[in-house]
Amino acid sequence: MRHILSILLENEAGALSRVVGLFSARAYNIDSLTVATTEDSTLSRMTIVTHGSDDVVEQITKQLNKLIEVVKVIDLNESEHIEREMMLIKVRATGKDREEMKRMADIFRGRIIDVTEKTYTIELTGTSDKLNAFIEAIDRAVILETVRTGASGIGRGERVLKI
Amino acid sequence: MQRSGAEIVVRCLQEEGVEFVFGYPGGAVLEIYDAIFKQSHFKHVLVRHEQAAVHAADGYSRSSHKVGVALVTSGPGATNAVTGIATAYMDSIPMVVLSGQVSTPAIGLDAFQEVDMVGITRPCVKHNFLVKDVKDLAVTIKKAFYIAQSGRPGPVVVDIPKDVTQQLTEFDYPAEMAIRSYVPVKRGHPGQIRKAVALLKEARRPLVYIGGGAVQGNAENEVRALVDGLGLPCTNTLMGLGAYPGSGDKCLGMLGMHGTYEANMAMQYCDVLIAVGARFDDRVISIPSHFLSQPKKIIHIDVDPSSIAKRVKVDVPIVGDAKHVLHDMLDLIGQSGARPAPDGLAGWWQQIDKWRSYNSLLYKPSDELIKPQFVVQQLHKVTGGDAFVTSDVGQHQMWAAQYYGFNEPRRWINSGGLGTMGFGLPAAMGVQLANPGATVACITGEASIQMNIQELSTCKQYHIPVKIVTLNNRYLGMVRQWQEFFYGNRYSESYMDALPDFVKLAEAYGHVGMRIERPADVEPALREAFAQKERLVFMDFITDQSENVFPMVQNGKGLDQMDLPAHMSDIQQAPLENNRDYGNMC
Repeated sequence: MRHILSILLENEAGALSRVVGLFSARAYNIDSLTVATTEDSTLSRMTIVTHGSDDVVEQITKQLNKLIEVVKVIDLNESEHIEREMMLIKVRATGKDREEMKRMADIFRGRIIDVTEKTYTIELTGTSDKLNAFIEAIDRAVILETVRTGASGIGRGERVLKI
Repeated sequence: MQRSGAEIVVRCLQEEGVEFVFGYPGGAVLEIYDAIFKQSHFKHVLVRHEQAAVHAADGYSRSSHKVGVALVTSGPGATNAVTGIATAYMDSIPMVVLSGQVSTPAIGLDAFQEVDMVGITRPCVKHNFLVKDVKDLAVTIKKAFYIAQSGRPGPVVVDIPKDVTQQLTEFDYPAEMAIRSYVPVKRGHPGQIRKAVALLKEARRPLVYIGGGAVQGNAENEVRALVDGLGLPCTNTLMGLGAYPGSGDKCLGMLGMHGTYEANMAMQYCDVLIAVGARFDDRVISIPSHFLSQPKKIIHIDVDPSSIAKRVKVDVPIVGDAKHVLHDMLDLIGQSGARPAPDGLAGWWQQIDKWRSYNSLLYKPSDELIKPQFVVQQLHKVTGGDAFVTSDVGQHQMWAAQYYGFNEPRRWINSGGLGTMGFGLPAAMGVQLANPGATVACITGEASIQMNIQELSTCKQYHIPVKIVTLNNRYLGMVRQWQEFFYGNRYSESYMDALPDFVKLAEAYGHVGMRIERPADVEPALREAFAQKERLVFMDFITDQSENVFPMVQNGKGLDQMDLPAHMSDIQQAPLENNRDYGNMC
């Protein structure tokens, strides 16, 4: 089952490689990983999307907590949460495709952020499923390049992950 | 006053009360060695190979409950140390390893003797640091000592570039250390402890399963109070030997792949299991599904939450230090008077005594050939069962664990997790230095001893009078045993041809060498060797080549499906149909 883990960790050199090394050393899966500093520059916030049985995800959470630099780990799946991923997708936009592409971007609430005679670059934000749906909806042949950030997640309501 | 980084390193070690640093100099640590030259607070022990430095620091720590310290240079010095670090990591040994690094401007440029030590050791340390600024040096070393010995202990590497050892700054050593992202749990949750005591009260076939965590957590008094107070049967793992006395009548001996019949049967058929600082690893319970096929409730006490529910699901997890958790449990038992019903317990003991009566460690004695088990038993006799015993890895390690009968914790020093051949001799050096005047024996094989035999030279230099007991069967014994059992007697590369003359070798290093070839000579030779308190004596026992370690739980079999010694061959064992998955784990 897909799990989305939120990790608060010290913003120190090597902390990221400890997390990634843990996943590879213990043969856990990383579907996506995003990391950046928080409002407190000594802390980083990481979101990892992984999949595995409940036992495996429990071990992942415990092993992450064991890392000295990890402050807190939560499995966002355990309660209501929001996740967003951003995608930049460059598509061929010529002839009749040009108008069609504009319409598809609108339908998915994407924005065209770069335009040339032959291409559009579309910025699209949403759940990972929504980005997948967009890719499915357009003709594969017109896709020139896809760049995705991986999912970022946050708990709903009062629930916060803070030191 | 401004001090150099190298002086700061030395001052930090003084502040931590370090007695011995095991190390080997080289380019990147020359400043530190210069600072060591100018001080007299701790002694530096010059080993002959960096791996031995780390094993010696490890043996020092295991036998003394202090943090071991090793110092190595960059590049090959650092990589040589890695096996020692991984050994300590697998067995949760508190240790600080200081490694030299090339100067900061040279890092990443493939400089001479450069290696990414932080990267290489990341998977086998509790934590590691690269110190890039001399101002961070003292606080980093403080953190290293704090992390190494708190929570679940483990090795910490501090990688120090040469220019950092040369730069100057004020020395200010923090008195206390707190790390916001690292807060180890000590006390167990009271609610969980209540649940555990309630479960224990319902038990009819209880068993206490004691692991290395009870030794590292200094919980021997609490373990003994629990076992003796309630009259419970108990079993020690390889790492837990001595936490409860091996000679105690409540002790069923070691369990696991080469555990006793009674310990393994009790483990399989108990109804309430109390695991204290043990981790249900593959060499102990073999296949989890088969182990759990006999329904049982499990209470698991461990300081490391990730050890709990890793291989088996448990009913009452208690995260905390074994000593504190057991103390609180005993308090509650004392207040509430909760204890297992006497009739259930009596019936259970009856069953256990029946299992015990088969004497699964019985072996066929010989007047012609020296049986390795016999040597260990005689060693126990000659040393009064009170020696510090280190071992290497293989058959001799199992016989030492099975037959020495450790009655105190920290007396049995072996590489249980990583299984590192070459551990025994350097570890014995650390044990002897931590316990001057104590009797220290290294039980080894003719193969293992050769993996760090150069340390005979270190022993000479520092007058370390350990006694080496080599069980020489001219085979890589455990490999040969597996080849006999599982590979149709095809002894592929497990024969040791062209062995050195160990007597001459010992003499060449300036020690005493003895070769013992007849059973009748075993005890007199041991007595003669141990009487030489000031000398290292290398005893080369020429043993029976065909002897195997029994009982044995083969891969893919359960704890009640052992290979048993010949005299137990008519015992009915559990059928194999329950076994699933986890097939051949090696």
